[in-house]
Amino acid sequence: MQLTPIVLWSDALLFALIAICIFYARQAARHAHLRAPWARVRRNAAGLASATVLIPFVLIGVLDSVHYRPLLEAKAGSATARYSVEVKSLLDVVAGAALGKMIGKSEKTYSAPLATHAFSKETIDIPGSGGARQVREYPRLVAGGAHLKDPVHDWGRDVGVNALRGVVLGAVVWLALAFVLLAMAQPAPHHRLAASWRAVWAGETETPWRAVLLTLLAICIAGALAVTLGSRYHLLGTDKVGQDVFYLSLKSIRTGLLIGTLTTLVMLPLGVLLGITAGYFRGWVDDLIQYIYTTLNSVPGVLLIAASVLMMQVYIDTHPQLFQTAVERADFRLLALCFILGVTSWTGLCRLLRGEALKLRELEYVQAAQAFGVSRFRIIVRHLLPNVMHLVIISAVMDFSGMVLTEAVLSYVGVGVDPTMTSFGSMINAARLEMSREPMVWWSLAAAFFFMFTLVLAANLFADAVRDAFDPRLVVKRPRLNLIRVKAR
Amino acid sequence: MNAPAEPKMMADIALRVTGLHTCIDASAGVVRPLDGVDLEIRKGETFAIVGESGCGKSMTALSIMRLLPEAAWIESGSVRLDAQNILTLPEYAMRNVRGARIGMIFQEPGTSLNPVLTCGEQIVEVLERHNIAQGAAAQARALEWMQRVGIPDPERRLTEYPFQLSGGMKQRVMIALALSAEPDVLIADEPTTALDVTIQAQILDLLDQLQRERGMAILLITHDLGVVARMAHRVALMYAAEIVEVGPRTAFFTDPQHPYAKKLFASLPGAAKRGEKLATIQGLVPPLHVGFTGCRFADRCDVVHARCRSEAPGWTETGAGHQARCHLLEQGGPDPVYLKQALAEEPHPEPVAEARRPETLGTQGFLAIRELKVHFPIRKGVLKRTVGQVKAVDGVSFDIAPGRTLALVGESGCGKTTAGKGLLQLIPVTGGSIRFEGQELTALKGEALRRTRAATQIVFQDPFASLNPRMRVGDIIAEGMGSFGIGSAGAERDARVSELLEQVGLGGDTRYKYPHEFSGGQRQRIAIARALAVNPKLIVCDEPTSALDVSVQAQILNLLKDLQQRLGVSYLFITHNIGVVEYLAHDVAVMYLGRIVEAGTAEEVLNTPRHPYTQALLSAVPRISASGGALVGIDAIKVGSELPSPANPPQGCHFHPRCPHAVDACRAAYPVEVAVSDTHRVRCILVK
Ligand code: SF4
Ligand code: SF4
Repeated sequence: MQLTPIVLWSDALLFALIAICIFYARQAARHAHLRAPWARVRRNAAGLASATVLIPFVLIGVLDSVHYRPLLEAKAGSATARYSVEVKSLLDVVAGAALGKMIGKSEKTYSAPLATHAFSKETIDIPGSGGARQVREYPRLVAGGAHLKDPVHDWGRDVGVNALRGVVLGAVVWLALAFVLLAMAQPAPHHRLAASWRAVWAGETETPWRAVLLTLLAICIAGALAVTLGSRYHLLGTDKVGQDVFYLSLKSIRTGLLIGTLTTLVMLPLGVLLGITAGYFRGWVDDLIQYIYTTLNSVPGVLLIAASVLMMQVYIDTHPQLFQTAVERADFRLLALCFILGVTSWTGLCRLLRGEALKLRELEYVQAAQAFGVSRFRIIVRHLLPNVMHLVIISAVMDFSGMVLTEAVLSYVGVGVDPTMTSFGSMINAARLEMSREPMVWWSLAAAFFFMFTLVLAANLFADAVRDAFDPRLVVKRPRLNLIRVKAR
Repeated sequence: MNAPAEPKMMADIALRVTGLHTCIDASAGVVRPLDGVDLEIRKGETFAIVGESGCGKSMTALSIMRLLPEAAWIESGSVRLDAQNILTLPEYAMRNVRGARIGMIFQEPGTSLNPVLTCGEQIVEVLERHNIAQGAAAQARALEWMQRVGIPDPERRLTEYPFQLSGGMKQRVMIALALSAEPDVLIADEPTTALDVTIQAQILDLLDQLQRERGMAILLITHDLGVVARMAHRVALMYAAEIVEVGPRTAFFTDPQHPYAKKLFASLPGAAKRGEKLATIQGLVPPLHVGFTGCRFADRCDVVHARCRSEAPGWTETGAGHQARCHLLEQGGPDPVYLKQALAEEPHPEPVAEARRPETLGTQGFLAIRELKVHFPIRKGVLKRTVGQVKAVDGVSFDIAPGRTLALVGESGCGKTTAGKGLLQLIPVTGGSIRFEGQELTALKGEALRRTRAATQIVFQDPFASLNPRMRVGDIIAEGMGSFGIGSAGAERDARVSELLEQVGLGGDTRYKYPHEFSGGQRQRIAIARALAVNPKLIVCDEPTSALDVSVQAQILNLLKDLQQRLGVSYLFITHNIGVVEYLAHDVAVMYLGRIVEAGTAEEVLNTPRHPYTQALLSAVPRISASGGALVGIDAIKVGSELPSPANPPQGCHFHPRCPHAVDACRAAYPVEVAVSDTHRVRCILVK
């Protein structure tokens, strides 16, 4: 065995979540009433385009969640294989193949995006005839732009050529993808690709394929540029210890995704169960649950989270034997953070569902079920739960981006993820001090900001589309009294 | 008050609508809710538009007012007020027309008044807006209007907010508001649909009286033929975005021409049709986004012929001012005799035998309710202490025999629905006894109670809220069977579901559909099938037809009657619709403020009501007389004010504040029950 797979807890939960989503998708495909709102999402151009943006993020997150420990060179005579303590992920392999030697701690310290020389001068010994001379100048980078013979001269041309290659490569990949997609989806009748193609660009398809394809084009080109330029230069520069910032940003995606989704996993059962129970049973159950969530709401969230995270840190520090690798320790802290965030953020959903359940329990079909002597548990499962599902989906999607942002804030404050774990928050935290430097080191912050912004914006747009499609009050547009348009003839 | 006097044949037309076409951009395509509507309203005349839901009658009002929903527009046509086409006016000029020239009152008085302004402020605002009066003069004018619409204690009411008023009061304020700018035309869109019959009678009288005083034209929009008979001078019947028949009231009611009109009258339930099947109209109203080539009624018409499908019928004059759109009426068309025969032969009622009378079981043996009480605590303060009780049901006793129908009638808020739900133990009962087949239901708990639930079932009012939208029809019907373990799961239950669906007139294959794919009437059938699935002996029908159109109501009533025949179930029929009661009920109990004030067989209570409340209630219902006028009005008994709160019922006889015969003794104690005959019981001191 060349490697041993490692399944971190967070990986397991993420895959469980994916399995749930697949199960739900299959259910939805079979039931018209579940399918209908998703069909409405599909007709929403902004929603579909943002979903297209989200896909690469999810892919990167999933790739980064397949972990393993590589085999160490066996010492002669040792029978047992020994594995590295360093845990790697599939993303490292893919990125290693695409970006080459840019990843890892290739440089010494800061360098600007696409630079060939370091950001600050260093004293370099130049061996010469009259003994070594010491010169202070910007040293060449070890990896970035190393292929250039005469960087001052060739740099502009090389960047230009590679950028062009990136655009062309991206366009070719995009064309191929577009045709595969259209051939599969056949937006125009008669199975004719040309007709489909024309219909797409005329904006005549029911699914807004044009928006999808345009987004896809942008993604393909960005991806190809990352390969052509990113394998020769540090695309977004390097940070204080010389790590490639672009690669760090990619690694941060998983953290953001996990926080956004796993927190929901903790939050949903609490919110749904307590909300429906409170609304359906009323009386003392309702009072109790209401007291719990009003109390929880009155404690400042950050304080509660900070206290819990610090307690967790003490636990981790006093039980080192529980964690074999640093990654496992960081993972444990991540899960703890998700859990704490989940426990502090279910109140909104709970309040919403309580109100809805209060309304639904008075509806006649619930009373009819009561008249049939249907048990309370079955009434909750069959009559209430399916009818609040749309609210659950809306709030799960809407909360995602909020959680990603919360993580960034918490890590920035220092009570977020483990310091060894890359995340947008820790990137920003590290970059913060360099903002006051002259000349400014802006790229770490800009990279973190750009990736997080794209992720959150796409998630928000998608959430809006989902809300529009699922919220029955928006679907049934009530006629409003309004001024008329007299179409004079 | 008398039937409205015919206005003199006046040439002056208050409002003339010609060729009005309105479109709505909907997801299914462009819907045409008005497709060429022509009408004329004379000064001092009440012109009624009737039709079933979705026929475009409300859209006519909104188009005239140019208050259309955002997605709708007027495509062509003209609306002339005097000589002016108001459709071409710019919006700022239209704002002066709205209110000042054409006033409008809506169905829901609660939502059409501004909740944060006092009634006085709202009227003054209108007066000042239209430059009728300013400042103190406007105040005085507002007060005058409050008096004119019959609001008691108008000075105080002027300073009150809408939420402090009852529904009937709000509608009066709404009328004051609409009329204060002295419009020439008043559009009343279902003005009394949200109100109880006794209040409805008052509001209709008020409109009638104001019309006489001011000589304004009223465009009355309603689905209630009784209201039309009571109010209108001329009537237009709408069907699928078109007017299909127009005529003077008497002619319209005594000699309707269009097959649709004939059918509608035949489907109205009433005492005269007891023991007969009601006529029904097959099929559904056609969707309005597809074009029509022939007659719009063709798919549902009993006397349809080839020409109807290819050519749209034009107007044919059948009497003075009486026109209809039907090929059968045209000269050279098929002989009108054919129409008469076809209509006479075909739907003619198959007599339905009276339901089986109680045989072996004594009347007391099946269901006996004694002194049933359902009180809701009123809680106040932080500690939620109980500070009072709403006595929604306060000592109600009645019996139902097997295979018979007891109608529980009364105005909204009288506790009739609560009584029904209390009987089914859907809400906790405060006191009293419910004996069902010798078993005391109130003493049962948990599993024992659950098992008895199969025998008593319920059909609700709102067919849209009573079926879980997330379940298939088959699962909805099978749910009760599963809960009671009726039949083995699988094939046997499947067969039973199909059989039930057939029984209520839906195909067995509808079981795989979801409720939203059905119309209101079909949903109500599903709800009935669901109740029948567990073989109940008693079904509580809580206003099962009040959300439905007349023709659909007829189908449901026929179905209920038929099921009673075949299966021998008993019904507790909760309703406020006297026509339905006359048609269906064997026994009637009248409720007022949580108590039954009069009970007896249907004949006794409906024909010889003894309690003043029953008399008032029956006389307030507008009905169509044989001569085409309204029966009501002639001797309508006025009851004052409105239903008091059940939280704080009046001392003594609950009815005394409204009773025209109240004497001092009425205020002292609640009257004891007096048996007029074996079956007829009344609670009034006047009855000895
Ligand atoms: S025109 Fe034909 S289909 Fe239409 S109502 Fe007359 S008979 Fe019936
Ligand atoms: S008891 Fe008196 S107040 Fe009550 S209904 Fe009879 S007459 Fe009227």
